[in-house]
Amino acid sequence: MSQQYRTGSGGQIDRKKPIRFTFDGKSYSGYAGDTLASALLANGVHLLGRSFKYHRPRGIQTAGSEEPNAIVELREGARKEPNTRATCIELFDGLVANSQNRWPSLAFDVMAVNNLFSPLLSAGFYYKTFMWPVSFWTNVYEHVIRRAAGLGTASTAADPDFYEQCHEHCDVLIVGAGPTGLAAALAAAETGARVVLVDENPLAGGSLNSENHEVAGMPGDDWAAQVAAQLQSMENVHLLLRTTLFGYYDHNVVAAIEKVSDHLPVPPKGHPRQRMWTFYPRRVVIAAGATERPLVFGNNDKPGIMLASAARAYVNRYGVKPGRRAIVATNNNDAYRTALDLHRAGVTIAAVVDSRAHPEAPLAAELAKHSIRLITGRTIGAAEGRQHVTRALIVSTQGETIDPERIDCDLIACSGGWNPNVHLHSQSGAKPVYDDAILSFVPGQSRQAEVSAGAAGGSFALRECLKQGRAAGIDAARQAGFKADKASPVIKAHDDGAYAIEALWISPTPYNKPYKQFVDQQNDVKASDVALASQEGYDSVELLKRYTTQGMATDQGKTSNVNALAILACQRGEPVPQVGITTFRPPYVPVAMGVFAGHTVGAEFMPVRRTAIHDWNAKQGAVFIEAGLWLRARYYPQKPGDTMNDCYLREAEATRNNVALVDVSTLGKIDLQGPDAAEFLNRLYINNWLKLPIGKARYGIMLREDGMVFDDGTTSRLGENHYFMTTTTANAAPVLAHMERYHQVEWPELDVVLCSVTEQWTGIAVAGPNSRILLEKVIDIDISNEAFPFMAVGDCQMNNIPGRLFRISFSGELAYELNVPADYGEQAWTELLEAGKELGVAVYGTEALGTMRIEKGHVAGSELDGRTTAQDLGLEGMANREKHFIGKQNSLLPALLDEGRLQVVGLKSLEPGRNLRIGAHLVDPNVQIGSVSPSQGHVTTTTYSPQLGYGIALGLLRDGRSRYGEQIEAVFPLDDEKLRVEICHPVFIDPEGELVRG
Amino acid sequence: MLRIECPWCGVRNEDEFSYGGDATVERPADDASQDDWYDYVYTRANPAGRHREYWHHINGCRAWLTVERDTMTHEIFSTEPTSASLPQPQRKTGSL
Repeated sequence: MSQQYRTGSGGQIDRKKPIRFTFDGKSYSGYAGDTLASALLANGVHLLGRSFKYHRPRGIQTAGSEEPNAIVELREGARKEPNTRATCIELFDGLVANSQNRWPSLAFDVMAVNNLFSPLLSAGFYYKTFMWPVSFWTNVYEHVIRRAAGLGTASTAADPDFYEQCHEHCDVLIVGAGPTGLAAALAAAETGARVVLVDENPLAGGSLNSENHEVAGMPGDDWAAQVAAQLQSMENVHLLLRTTLFGYYDHNVVAAIEKVSDHLPVPPKGHPRQRMWTFYPRRVVIAAGATERPLVFGNNDKPGIMLASAARAYVNRYGVKPGRRAIVATNNNDAYRTALDLHRAGVTIAAVVDSRAHPEAPLAAELAKHSIRLITGRTIGAAEGRQHVTRALIVSTQGETIDPERIDCDLIACSGGWNPNVHLHSQSGAKPVYDDAILSFVPGQSRQAEVSAGAAGGSFALRECLKQGRAAGIDAARQAGFKADKASPVIKAHDDGAYAIEALWISPTPYNKPYKQFVDQQNDVKASDVALASQEGYDSVELLKRYTTQGMATDQGKTSNVNALAILACQRGEPVPQVGITTFRPPYVPVAMGVFAGHTVGAEFMPVRRTAIHDWNAKQGAVFIEAGLWLRARYYPQKPGDTMNDCYLREAEATRNNVALVDVSTLGKIDLQGPDAAEFLNRLYINNWLKLPIGKARYGIMLREDGMVFDDGTTSRLGENHYFMTTTTANAAPVLAHMERYHQVEWPELDVVLCSVTEQWTGIAVAGPNSRILLEKVIDIDISNEAFPFMAVGDCQMNNIPGRLFRISFSGELAYELNVPADYGEQAWTELLEAGKELGVAVYGTEALGTMRIEKGHVAGSELDGRTTAQDLGLEGMANREKHFIGKQNSLLPALLDEGRLQVVGLKSLEPGRNLRIGAHLVDPNVQIGSVSPSQGHVTTTTYSPQLGYGIALGLLRDGRSRYGEQIEAVFPLDDEKLRVEICHPVFIDPEGELVRG
Repeated sequence: MLRIECPWCGVRNEDEFSYGGDATVERPADDASQDDWYDYVYTRANPAGRHREYWHHINGCRAWLTVERDTMTHEIFSTEPTSASLPQPQRKTGSL
């Protein structure tokens, strides 16, 4: 029989819209408006999962996001989502869910033997039980524990959906659209303030949807719907449903997750699955309501045992009878409504068991009117039943010894009282305080622009909620600068009575038997674990949490925290406030990682920078390499089957023997102007800049303050007060920030301005013995060796393109760098190729560039690793010690001048056909400590030199400069490789630099 | 998320800025002792409470700023250009 637990009528479900769904492979039906939990209950399914440690059968405890037990794997394939709360899953057609943490099946779970071994799995079992031997941790214990105690498993396929992020500024943000939040929103909105109202439910109304309240003369849920519609029609109100505010951050920034498409089989085309909101409100009203806490009695985790408010929600909102014969157990007035609502829906109430000796007379009379049995001064000591509760054992709370009465039931609805949702208040940096009147924590002194109202503030009565909400809304709008002169009157509601709680933190157990009394059901933490932790000295709240894991995982202890604290307080013999409260941290509910990433995934993870020549390169079939954000041409295959080796060898040879072009636009370029530009450079670089003539370039080295080399590059003097600096590609942004710091923080007296012009110029290096012949065809200035010697710089025209020409060389060949405005970049490149056609001009990529720089011994990023000094790199000769420069003093620290430092060396492979590997360690096989030869350095960059005919490399080697000619081994233990190499000077070809000056 | 008021651009999110370290540390004179220079680079106090520090509006106007912030509460008391000898903004205070 389908949906045999459905009531005849009522509820906010659409009985005309049946929905098919599957749980653990079995097909069921529910209605639109159901959650997975309510639909399962309608079908009489209570057993939803196995518990974390003991694999005990577990059911549905709540009707909201605080659910500790009913967590399932939702959907299949790439969209499979583990640990999803069945109480929050809106039912959709074709929904597939599976229970988790059970094997081979939910009803028969092998690991349930853990229940018998529970003495081994008590508080801190991780730390105690699985200690020895140490090697067992990674090999045995961890695997076994992970398999035995765990939550669901995630899909390993890529997430097919997308996520997005939005930002919104507002005057008043209201959290929760229950009676308090709706009243606050109405009042604030009427002042003209920009209001954002968020609620995690698909419907506004909060508790009004689950109760039989009357507001403004109509049923509460009707009133909520009407107010929501009114708010939605207002231009200054943004109502966001299915949206949970999960984080309250510094400076009143708050974040929420909107579940845009989770209630649908798949997101509609163009819609994200979820959306993250960052709000910047002037004021926040927290109307987040309260969470009921369970009673702590023996076997209180059995399916069929739920919160009194949840039973009410299922029967009123979803039209589902969560059982046929119920016991309602409570220590306060609130749960009486559960008994009456269940009774009205046709559920037999076996008894209301009130731990208080003298409940209020009108409540007792109301029960009597419906012939409901009331038991006072008693509570449930333990529940019985295998996979579902079948019976409750009633014990005395008054200290007398009684023979427990056994009452048959298939539902226990219990209330241990209500906890205001102080999570966001706590996240904002404030400290909740204990309120003896309601036996729970309420918001304390605000630290940010927030206030809690209604149940979140500790006032549970409906009238009070409406009144406080309205007042908080007006107040928040006023503080945001709005006038509230025509605010609407207080909304009328019926009196739902006093709360009148009396403490009952833990039930006496029948016959003092050691029943398992669960405090935190998600983490399988029992009252005895709290007691044990306390005995073992873990008796502060923060230690208790970490030792027992109480309050961790997906529910973050929403139903268990206060009970755990109170039981700890009982153990310590102190009042609850003395024990304190843990600090709540974001997120309030689990948030998918995808929503934090938003659109910045895959190709959109980082922006891509492309040079002006990129399209040409792409058309040529160049293979690109990422260099920071840039895409650079790495090599240019010419025919099918061309390998990288084929290409870079050909490209390097063309450069060495003829002429070739390379795109060097990615180098950082900084323009400096002003009378003090030279002085600024002089302090920035280790070399001297005061005497650089106009029209000349110089290679420079800059250090950090700690004396390590920061960056290198050439700087040219273009005019009296005008300099042009280049940086390495990787350091372009850090160098600019560094310069701005010294300009603005340390030396504001220097009259200089600086600006990045990296993207404004395209850089083309024309390199090779025929480079001058090529350029002479297209450049309008005299570039003979006499007129334009090495390191000369000048403005020029290339055909009709304005440019700057620099006679500098990275390849070691006669070479020039032509800079043209980026808009002319591709044109200049193609015109140079056209002009060089008869010479046979080639192009080369970063691979050939790298080969030639290694042959020339030029240091680059892999040697400038932040740990090398100018001396380590053999560049200290450039330093002008007569002047001050950044890093001067610290570069002279004794440790940086000591023997034994790693110095740049060249390395030659002594084994024909074998090249060195980057990262290989340099060891002397004759030197051994124990059975190993200690590393004396490492290979930083490596290539095969077409010029020399063998493998070469640069490396950093201990005292390397004094060891030229020595033989050593380059070892790569990961692949068990060894290679004999010879240490040499890092400049392999043309050590005197004759070629570049020719 | 800190909200930092750039005196040039107004209140912006922390992620537009990069942290620039302790602003109470003074760069020693060129001829200061090696100990002074060592301290300048390596020695820092870790104060609880009000603290002056540098922030760089790196994804904005690129001004370096001196920010006075409470390291315990993140409250920001002032945000100023790093030097009085630099151009000064016409201050227009925003509240968000």
